[in-house]
Amino acid sequence: MRVVRGVAGLLGELLITLGVVLLLFVGWQLWWTDVVSDADAAQVVDTLTADFDDPDWVQPAHVKLGDAFAIVRIPRFGATFARPLYEGTTREVLQRGVGHYADTAMPGEVGNFAMAGHRTTYGKPFNRIAELKKDDVVLVETKSTWYVYRVTGHEIVAPTQVSVLLPVPNRPDAEPTEAVLTMTSCHPEFSARERYVVHASLDASYPHDQGVPADVLEVS
Amino acid sequence: MSFYGLIWRLLPGPTAVKVIEAAVLVFAVVAALFIWVFPQLAPYMPFNDTTVGS
Repeated sequence: MRVVRGVAGLLGELLITLGVVLLLFVGWQLWWTDVVSDADAAQVVDTLTADFDDPDWVQPAHVKLGDAFAIVRIPRFGATFARPLYEGTTREVLQRGVGHYADTAMPGEVGNFAMAGHRTTYGKPFNRIAELKKDDVVLVETKSTWYVYRVTGHEIVAPTQVSVLLPVPNRPDAEPTEAVLTMTSCHPEFSARERYVVHASLDASYPHDQGVPADVLEVS
Repeated sequence: MSFYGLIWRLLPGPTAVKVIEAAVLVFAVVAALFIWVFPQLAPYMPFNDTTVGS
């Protein structure tokens, strides 16, 4: 009888421990990854901002995989929303900010400039992606230029639908004549079942030292 | 028979010191989970995919 009770006690301790560890994991995933990623992203944005303002700093002609090379600002997500844009969409990169699909166009280029970001966890840069409305501004800042993209629409697709990344999204045979932007994130939130995809097109671009007109940053 | 009871008995010093030692142990375990264990588990969670393809 004592042995049975002892074993039951040990089992109980084990189960309670497992429960606590599971709760800790949820806390880590939903809260701590945001704390770490937000702090890291803010620091990288500061470094990029300083680099862009430094007349002696030259933007590398070829961006290496895993390097931050631009800042993404979305007024709809808040006046201070700014995230670093990294080259590539590896897990490591997406835990630090927004990732640029490596084989797609660069900011401002004719074709499809595509990027991915977390909708939940790891600083969740695209958490509010579903709030983006037609004509909302997505600003991409590089050393030389402010690129102003405006949202044209969204779609919800299967994770396998890579055609959203084509130079002309979803049209395999079309020749690109326009500079467009595609953003992908997971959908629904906390699921990997589908992808939420926002399309935008280049509306204007301004030299970096000139800055962006104030009305571009206004949210209607 | 109790795993946590055994640890408690093994901790040296009076009760007040044991409480501090236990707190340090708990902190160390949580830190190890946050820094090493959970980052290894996260890729298997179903809500961390944001890209199309791959």
